[in-house]
Amino acid sequence: MTTVPVTVPVPRFGDLLAAEWLKLRSLRSTYWALGVSTLVVIAFNANAARADYVDYPHYNTVMRAHFANNALFDAFTDGAALILILTAASVGAVTVVGEYSTGLIRTTFAAVPDRRALMSAKAAVVTAVMTAYGAVVASASFAAAQAILSGRGLGLSISYPGALRVVVASALLAPVSALVGMAMGALIRHSATTMVLATGLLLLLPTFVTERYRWTACVRNALPFNAWGRLVQVNYGRMPYTLAERYPTTVAGAWTVFAVWAAVAAVVTVVAVDRRDV
Amino acid sequence: MPGTRRPRNRGPVIEVNELTKRYGPTTAVRELSFTVQPGHVTGFLGPNGAGKTTTLRMLLGLVEPTTGTATISGHDFRRHPRGLRHVGALLDAGDVHGGRSARAHLRALALSNRIAAGRVEEVLTEVGLTGAAARRRVGGYSLGMKQRLGIATALLGDPPVLLFDEPLNGLDPEGVLWVRGLFRKLAAEGRTVFVSSHLMSEMENTADRLIVIGRGELIAAESLEQFAARGTAPTVTVRTPDAGALAAVLASEGAVVAPCDEETLKVTGASASRIGELAHEHGFLLRELTTEHASLEAAFMELTADSVEYLAGDSR
Repeated sequence: MTTVPVTVPVPRFGDLLAAEWLKLRSLRSTYWALGVSTLVVIAFNANAARADYVDYPHYNTVMRAHFANNALFDAFTDGAALILILTAASVGAVTVVGEYSTGLIRTTFAAVPDRRALMSAKAAVVTAVMTAYGAVVASASFAAAQAILSGRGLGLSISYPGALRVVVASALLAPVSALVGMAMGALIRHSATTMVLATGLLLLLPTFVTERYRWTACVRNALPFNAWGRLVQVNYGRMPYTLAERYPTTVAGAWTVFAVWAAVAAVVTVVAVDRRDV
Repeated sequence: MPGTRRPRNRGPVIEVNELTKRYGPTTAVRELSFTVQPGHVTGFLGPNGAGKTTTLRMLLGLVEPTTGTATISGHDFRRHPRGLRHVGALLDAGDVHGGRSARAHLRALALSNRIAAGRVEEVLTEVGLTGAAARRRVGGYSLGMKQRLGIATALLGDPPVLLFDEPLNGLDPEGVLWVRGLFRKLAAEGRTVFVSSHLMSEMENTADRLIVIGRGELIAAESLEQFAARGTAPTVTVRTPDAGALAAVLASEGAVVAPCDEETLKVTGASASRIGELAHEHGFLLRELTTEHASLEAAFMELTADSVEYLAGDSR
């Protein structure tokens, strides 16, 4: 039927990865979002270490005896984790919603009608970039906090039991959040709504759901932020001055939460756009 | 562009068959069927809201038809893993990310379809986006520059089929001339060029065939000449101090005469030369004798008058 011959090279997934990588790094907003949040997250954590450094002379003997808990907490604070989640979810969401809100998605899908392959490449690139970002931010935060505490001889090395888990869990929180942002972007396809709902799901829900009942504790433990909290609490259940959890969770359970959220989000991202009109 | 393309047979390339698209209670396209041949520029005409854009999006697999099929070269477009070498399309000049430069936009598209980076520079040069313009962020472009970028995108894969949705919007007169020449060149190379517009005047000097739709339904599919012949017969304007008497003479010869004012008559059914002869025979003084040929625009307006979706309140 074709009247003009067309020669087409065998399609390669690597081509799509290269294209999506170029798309991500050719936008200034990517640099701003990642650059500013890197500095803010490290500053938050360094400041927590500074506060401990300053307050240490006023701590009682029990607090001093358990100071390693503080040193690990300062390595990546809750506030820093919230900023990391917000940044990662935004960057992830924007890679999808940015295409829909501008209309670029039609140009993209006309160039690559295999939408699933395209979205898989997008998710892979975002996962890689956000993992690198998370690794940089978490490592730098750990190094900064421990360097400050070393001024009183209190800094921990990465070989301290549980220290590496704090860094790895904090680093991986970035790609997990980014994939959730992408999935919500793919489902909602509207910038503002996506950001509000992603923030609600990742940041606000953990503060609303209590651990009072078994089922609410289950929901709570299944949220990425709480899973991260479990992973970075190296002396979980053995901390002084804290209540024991009524429905405790495990390290393996927390890693599973990370994995399941990432996998489900990636699948939703790929499948959600496949049959819908653009 | 390398290589010459000669169509080996003249079968249709674009085939739209009983295509229907409904959005809830609204029917955007209704049982639309037509074909488009290679080697021609085919105009796709209709008033605003006629369903042109929806049809083009269904051809590209962006919008799923409710019923019916829309194929290019015998295939559902979505069967191709990569599209740019099969069909080049400019759907909306705004379908770009304003934060990227034209070059980055085209490079990413080229990478995804394994098209060499050199081809990006070729198309940028071809559409006249060179130097600083190619490095600027697209958000700062005028509509005309965005149209040029959209045309560059369509040309990127050197495809045998090209779809353009309202490509002349926002272009300056030089740009319009250039685009017309480009379309004719692409068609002469044996490619299928399908161009939508809501203005007949844009198609008049560009297309050799027309598909006309209104309210989602096919109104006409024919050559430009056939289409022009649909227009009303030529009208002759006659100005004479003695209009009443001349009107009587012309009417007795079988012409249809409509008086405009006390000096002017609009005559159909008699040629200017015949009217001149009659005036001479009967001794009338003529101050004006002009023939107005029916324009394609008029034929288009007449044909689509019943299917105009959005009509300005006081326009008729």
